[in-house]
Amino acid sequence: MNLTLLMYLVPSLIMFGCGVYGFLTRKNMIAIMISLELMLNSVDLNFVVFNRYLFPGQMDGMFFTLFAIAIAAAETAVALAIIINVFRVARKVDINELIKLKF
Amino acid sequence: MDYSQFLFMPQEIGLLFVFLLVFIYDTFMPARMGKHLPMFTTILTALYTVYAFFPCPDMFGTAFGGMYESNPATWVMKNILNIGVLIVMLQAVKWTNDDFVSVRRGEFYELILLTLFGMFLMISARHFLLFVIGLETASLPIAALAAFEKRYYESHEAAAKYIFTAVFSSAIFLLGISFVYGMSGSLYFQEIATSIMGIKSPLLILAIAFVIAGVGYKLSLVPFHQWTADVYQGAPTAVTSYLSVISKGAAAFAFMVILVQVFGALYAQVWEWMLYAIIILTITIGNLFAMRQRNLKRFLAYSSISQAGYIMLGVIAASQVGMTSMIYYVLVYIFSNLAAFGVIAVIERATGKVTMDDYNGLFRTNPWLAFTMMLAMFSLGGIPPFAGFFSKFFIFVGACQTGSVAIYVLVFIALVNTIISLYYYLLVVKAMFLRQDDCVIPYIDSHWTEELALTICVMGIIAVGVASGIYAFLNQVTGTIAPMFTMVG
Repeated sequence: MNLTLLMYLVPSLIMFGCGVYGFLTRKNMIAIMISLELMLNSVDLNFVVFNRYLFPGQMDGMFFTLFAIAIAAAETAVALAIIINVFRVARKVDINELIKLKF
Repeated sequence: MDYSQFLFMPQEIGLLFVFLLVFIYDTFMPARMGKHLPMFTTILTALYTVYAFFPCPDMFGTAFGGMYESNPATWVMKNILNIGVLIVMLQAVKWTNDDFVSVRRGEFYELILLTLFGMFLMISARHFLLFVIGLETASLPIAALAAFEKRYYESHEAAAKYIFTAVFSSAIFLLGISFVYGMSGSLYFQEIATSIMGIKSPLLILAIAFVIAGVGYKLSLVPFHQWTADVYQGAPTAVTSYLSVISKGAAAFAFMVILVQVFGALYAQVWEWMLYAIIILTITIGNLFAMRQRNLKRFLAYSSISQAGYIMLGVIAASQVGMTSMIYYVLVYIFSNLAAFGVIAVIERATGKVTMDDYNGLFRTNPWLAFTMMLAMFSLGGIPPFAGFFSKFFIFVGACQTGSVAIYVLVFIALVNTIISLYYYLLVVKAMFLRQDDCVIPYIDSHWTEELALTICVMGIIAVGVASGIYAFLNQVTGTIAPMFTMVG
């Protein structure tokens, strides 16, 4: 079977859309974090596929993906630490309960 | 590898050196020496700021295969950020020696120095990989800084809101870059610009919109501004002032470089109109929401949103004059906003009060604090003898020089908004000077470092506007990168 560029790009964009949907609708902060990971990973897939299919002679996209994975890991680490801190102080992981700061 | 390339980045290397010294001090010095760490860091940063101000010979050029560029404009921008960071550190010396914070005071300074390093990379990057690394280095530690006041729930909530929006925006930004990469096959600014020259594809427009959205979050432009007020209110005041001034100034400069150097050829077709709408929304909504705020940190958050709209006027000019006026605006904005946040920080540290009604009758008990706050408000609002007037004037002139009628309309809307903004800036002045209250804030004996920081800010507010040589100097500096703007069209 021959896989074309589109057969990678469409799932990657669907994945990104799922991430955005999850980010906007989920209430649990851990679930929001998972949605964000989904978005970042779909971007990585984009880079790799573009590199593999359109510019096979170079490695820019692959390198970018490696760095993007590392950055995503750092982001997740910081975000999880903050979620744990919020849970310790407020005993909540529901984003709708974070309402002390408003207008 | 040719190690002499590192000579192109003396400012970054100096900053890393300061960071390492502070880190070693924090880790290995005995605990009783800990209380000297803030002063140690501040003095080291002051020495470094002076050192960085003198350009090394042959420091301008490109390094690492064109990924990194050092030119007079980036040099000046970095020096301006250094001055801002120095003022923030001076303001924080007393706060970091408080009982509840002192355990972690080393981390505050280390993270601030590291985020500054990230901003330097962002300013100098000429390759999207380096830019993204700089952007993340500049934004992730700020989430940790926002959660710094561990005993307050608000601080954690602010950090949670900041990190989620930051990751979301960087995901959108990365998606935009992946489309750009797919179309051009390169991540170098220069190569992308040449390879997308003739392309008019919807994908490219989408990519530009994503890039603007991603950086717009960092700059808190409307409609990407929702996190700003909550984070500014919840985070410790020293962190808020850092976030509102330094991080915004660096992002604005990098934003302009990306838009002009990468997407310059699509100026009139694509991004002029995106920015046009964003600027109108940012200035107006920032102003309208600022009017109804009672908490001064929230108030300054919305004021800084509308100030970001004015900074974007320099970007939409997309010319050398635009860049000069933008750098000048950031310089003035650093002094005026840090003066306002400095006063708020002193009063919050001493009494814990941050709402506007608490400031009633402040002039009678703390005349100097009230006077400084008044100068800061006048400068932010743009009242003539102070620097804020000149920065607004130059940024309007820069935008008007594009000569299109649409931009004239934009500048007119910005002018009307300046008048509206005077209303809420003067509300603070009115509360301090004219209103009376039974429980006025008592006399506050501020620490000498805070006084020094406020004095520097006041001197900046008065002198930067009057000393016309500064604008001429900036104009001369941006003249060296004028070829960058020839491809805007």
